Amino acid sequence: MKVLVPVKRVIDYNVKARVKADGSGVDLANVKMSMNPFDEIAVEEAIRLREKGVAEEVVAVSIGVKQAQETLRTALAMGADRAILVVAADDVHQDIEPLAVAKILKAVIDEEQPKLVIAGKQAIDNDMNATGQMLSALLGWSQATFASKIEIEGESAKVTREVDGGLQTIEVKLPAIVTADLRLNEPRYASLPNIMKAKKKPLDEKTAADYGVDVTPRLEITGTREPEGRKAGIRVESVDELVSKLKEAGVV
Amino acid sequence: MAVLLLGEVTGGELSVDATSKAVTAVKALGDVTVLCAGASARDAAQEAAKIDGVARVLVAEDARYGHRLAEPTAALIASLAGDYDHIVAPATTDAKNIMPRVAALLDVMVISDASAIIDADTFERPVYAGNAIQTVKSKDAKKVLTIRTASFDAAGQGGAASIEDIAAAEDPALSAWVGDEFAKSDRPELTSAGRVVSGGRGVGSKDDFAIIEALADKLGAAVGASRAAVDSGYAPNDWQVGQTGKVVAPELYVAVGISGAIQHLAGMKDSKVIVAINKDEEAPIFQIADYGLVGDLFTTVPELTEKL
Repeated sequence: MKVLVPVKRVIDYNVKARVKADGSGVDLANVKMSMNPFDEIAVEEAIRLREKGVAEEVVAVSIGVKQAQETLRTALAMGADRAILVVAADDVHQDIEPLAVAKILKAVIDEEQPKLVIAGKQAIDNDMNATGQMLSALLGWSQATFASKIEIEGESAKVTREVDGGLQTIEVKLPAIVTADLRLNEPRYASLPNIMKAKKKPLDEKTAADYGVDVTPRLEITGTREPEGRKAGIRVESVDELVSKLKEAGVV
Repeated sequence: MAVLLLGEVTGGELSVDATSKAVTAVKALGDVTVLCAGASARDAAQEAAKIDGVARVLVAEDARYGHRLAEPTAALIASLAGDYDHIVAPATTDAKNIMPRVAALLDVMVISDASAIIDADTFERPVYAGNAIQTVKSKDAKKVLTIRTASFDAAGQGGAASIEDIAAAEDPALSAWVGDEFAKSDRPELTSAGRVVSGGRGVGSKDDFAIIEALADKLGAAVGASRAAVDSGYAPNDWQVGQTGKVVAPELYVAVGISGAIQHLAGMKDSKVIVAINKDEEAPIFQIADYGLVGDLFTTVPELTEKL
């Protein structure tokens, strides 16, 4: 079974996003970029399936700017077998919308014919939480979002999902799209020898035009601003003082 | 202009809080029709009809909608889409599962987690874990969106909308429900609670979370947790507050042993009053807390529980 894993290059998890002074977006120039953390979990899960002998090949795909090559090299260093980069933007500030990403992924999947796609549930830049679901709709495949456990059983997968209220387990027919939540696994760090080996693994480069997909945004971003700030309040010295302040504020 | 709103129906019951907050968000856009889909959905429909601002309620009662699987529910919504300009739902995990699928079936972009509705085409939404608020103008003919419920007050009661049965749509039959693990709790639901007490990594263990729960019970509060606490196994996943967990905006939020990572703040910084208890006086949570107490949670929290 072939597993395809879409990965996105995003602002590093530890970097605080800063809104540009002119309100045109978030400043990404000279900011550390990394693989979207949920996508790392997806890559890890795919590699574990291969290590268990359930999957034969893991293909990582990234859609965005040329620099996403680095993100794919990270996936290869973690253990993906090969990678496909689809260049769809020149400017790092141009985010390709989930609908366009899903259309490109569908075209890649039509060629690659994987039996399973594991994606991160959400990218930590646009926080849309949509690509997996949209891809699943376009393909007419089953979907299992927010997965905390995946078990492949013949022609189906049993997936435990993190939902409001607790956990839900569903069985989806393969081929399927699964999106990874935080508790699915703990991704490995790539070792130095594997980082070196990854440089020799195949990385194909394509463009959105190769797949005939129009990436023109449907949502025009007309402004980006800082959220209303919240000022630090006061320090209380004791529990008694805290209790009296809360009573004054009328919240207890 | 007409709005189709997917009511939040779980186990045959309507989540009145989530649904009526979404009604508030969208009622200026046009007549609101609430869709209640479920294996049993009639009681939920009765409740939905009472929400102020709801013009009509559609009931799709069929076993295939029993567990809100994305494929049949999205197919149903897409089949109804022709009559509506806006298709919306409160941003629960069910809606986040279903609505992007609906959008793709209609070849439109989804607008996730809208925190303000500016006009029929223009919406605000938080991005980058709430560190930026983006205004987006949709060029699509139909708008599919989920509503950040913490940003809106619940619509009142007193409506008397008409209720109509509708036929089920074709089920692609791609997935099947196996089971749920839902903890039973007498505490209020996290996203609608007026008070929330959350614990972080500083709590140190699952057993010690009892300290957090005791304070919550004294306050009649829901219990939340930081991602670090959930990842460490101190608290179940559905307690997680933050960018990828639940977004809450209670009257009172008490953060205990939580340092205040960006992604946690994204889920609670709209709370009216924030209390932080942490032994590290440099913890970022103090920068947004109204009342900060530097101290050992294992002594201060039981003391607080006793003195309230």
